[in-house]
Amino acid sequence: MALSFIKDPRIYQIVTLSGLLAFGWTAHAFEIDPVQFAAIVIASCATQWLGSILIATRPDFKSPLITALSLTLLLRADAVWPLAAAAAIAIGSKFALRLGGKHVFNPANIGIVAMVLFTDVAWTTPGQWGTAVWFAALLAGAGLFVTYRSARFDVPLVFLGVYAALVFGRALWLGDPLAIPLLRLENGALILFAFFMISDPKTSPDGAIARAAFAGGAAVLAYLMMFHFYIADGLFYALAIMCLARPLLEWADPAPHYRWGDPVAPLRGLRRQNPSKTNSTHTVPAE
Amino acid sequence: MSRSLKKSLFAAASAIAAITVTGGAVAFCGFYVGKADTKLFNKASKVAIMRDGNRTVITMANDFQGELTEFATVIPVPVVLEEEQIHVTENAILDHLDAYTAPRLVEYFDEDPCVMYDRMEMRMPQAAMSLGAVDKLRKKDSLGVTVEAEYTVGEYDIQILSADQSDGLADWLKQNGYKLPDGAEKILGSYIKQGTKFFVAKVNLEEQAATGLKYLRPLQIAFESPKFMLPIRLGTLNADGKQELFAFMLTRTGRVETTNYRTVKLPTGMDIPVYVKNDFGSFYKSMFEQQVEKENERAVFLEYAWDMNWCDPCAADPLSQSELRELGVYWVGGGGDKPGIMPRRPMPQARDVFVTRLHISYDAENFPEDLMFKETNDRSNYQGRYVLRHAYKGDAQCEAADQYRANLPKRFESEAQTLANLTGWDIDAIREDMNQAGQNFEEPKKGSWWKRLWGNDAKEG
Repeated sequence: MALSFIKDPRIYQIVTLSGLLAFGWTAHAFEIDPVQFAAIVIASCATQWLGSILIATRPDFKSPLITALSLTLLLRADAVWPLAAAAAIAIGSKFALRLGGKHVFNPANIGIVAMVLFTDVAWTTPGQWGTAVWFAALLAGAGLFVTYRSARFDVPLVFLGVYAALVFGRALWLGDPLAIPLLRLENGALILFAFFMISDPKTSPDGAIARAAFAGGAAVLAYLMMFHFYIADGLFYALAIMCLARPLLEWADPAPHYRWGDPVAPLRGLRRQNPSKTNSTHTVPAE
Repeated sequence: MSRSLKKSLFAAASAIAAITVTGGAVAFCGFYVGKADTKLFNKASKVAIMRDGNRTVITMANDFQGELTEFATVIPVPVVLEEEQIHVTENAILDHLDAYTAPRLVEYFDEDPCVMYDRMEMRMPQAAMSLGAVDKLRKKDSLGVTVEAEYTVGEYDIQILSADQSDGLADWLKQNGYKLPDGAEKILGSYIKQGTKFFVAKVNLEEQAATGLKYLRPLQIAFESPKFMLPIRLGTLNADGKQELFAFMLTRTGRVETTNYRTVKLPTGMDIPVYVKNDFGSFYKSMFEQQVEKENERAVFLEYAWDMNWCDPCAADPLSQSELRELGVYWVGGGGDKPGIMPRRPMPQARDVFVTRLHISYDAENFPEDLMFKETNDRSNYQGRYVLRHAYKGDAQCEAADQYRANLPKRFESEAQTLANLTGWDIDAIREDMNQAGQNFEEPKKGSWWKRLWGNDAKEG
């Protein structure tokens, strides 16, 4: 691979997400003001910078940029400040809410959940990506590549596999046409969530079994919230809940922490890792 | 039994009515000249939904045109409804809501270019701020179908049904003389497995005669449920071709959108040729059809999203508090206010009602699933608004006027292009119509500059 010398998969994520944003912008798939986008980027990077100073590390702006792009793609507001606040909460949570050397929540996810759950100034637009198959396929292809590079190829596949099984299972039980579950899966926000959010190696468990449980659990929770409790934002709440449950999963299936740039290791050992290896955790705390 | 199940859930069969162009209502910075109301569309149904938390009031317009004995409708509802939860209201309220939210046409007249050198662009401050007798409750078990209740509300006889067997309801309906379209069993079965109850309405001929009306009034139901949706699947069954649905959402929070289909804002604010004034209706229809096609026939369209306190320009006055209460907006005070006011700025006593008008052109192929909605916190105002700009016709003689006239063909061409793009109409035909309406594409002969010197132009007359 020509670009394989770039070890850090975040470069690919930034490029892919930027491409998606540019495409969405030109195709009028979503409405976002450039000023809002700028505010999200600035708030994310400023919070990262401040956090890095407080814990005396060198700031790295790749992660906050990815968080900013995810927020831009998924969260909407009438004003600028709610989006900047979401970005500050997202990045701030990486420094403030930590457990066992890792941050608890997926940054973009907690930014969205906090704003949607506790304020009335922001909202998500789960249906606004359009359901054109080709677009989802494009996202999926791009997303697969990105996550493959970040050695978490299995998370989106398990998540989407379990979620798809549930919506197809429901349609079969109800006797509904398969067009209904297909419509639900041809959703850009769902694909983006699977490939760019839940797959984040920093906030998903390191052990392969724990990771599968994490992704599968999120799919079951999201399905229940959306189809049985009619909570439109169930997808995002499901991940936040699984992040809270993650220490338990990691305790049951310990493995060394992932570090950006680690060699690509898809489906790394479906066997349990030697717990002693967990000591090799990298020391850069919040990126 | 000659009763047959009404073709669709909220279906209607009205002929395309000609649009009435009402003239002269003064609007801020321009004149409101016409609106594109729902009468333009054939097989159009109207439904208003008040939603606040889990509280829901659905008002369904009924423009059934056939024999009243033939009318029957089966509506899936999330809960068993009691008599007090069913109501009949007046058509006029829905018509008013339709008129208030309709896409609109406004016109502007250019000023004398010699007087106004710097023509101030006048813009909309759009998005700037930012049953009569009650039968006793009767339970009758057959085919797993339970008649939970029977009421007579207004001119309707209503039965609330619940079923445990997925195919029981279809058999029960058939045994009771209803004709079911093909495929109804499957959909009813799906609803039953989801715990849905059913509401069957027929016309009570005596009560109907007592109303003295020639039409059926809208039915209303009030209930609490986390499900924020509109069942459209039964309606798609034996419909030939597409159906039009207008959904008017009344919320406290903000704009409503669909979560399982894309909600798209229609193009708005464009300058279009002035001749469109004579036929705004066909312009709007063509533009809508064009946009439906552009979105691969799978989108829900936003036609209006506005704070109910005001409007600008007003296609009709905002609804009065009593009208809003009738539609289920329980948080506003009853009565008291008078219609006829036309506020163009947010009023101090905020009523906290946000209205969203959605227009859906649907069939089973492109809309396989019921419409699932979501309230957003988006309170930015949006309206479908199209602009006519009349060129200055006066006899202005100055350099600015020459320049103004020289620029007109370019402006007309751009209006023609906009219209062709929006509607898919033939550009040459548009140019021809524009020519006939006095929008001329020929560049004016360039007058020599010296003509105005020494008063030569005056000598020539």
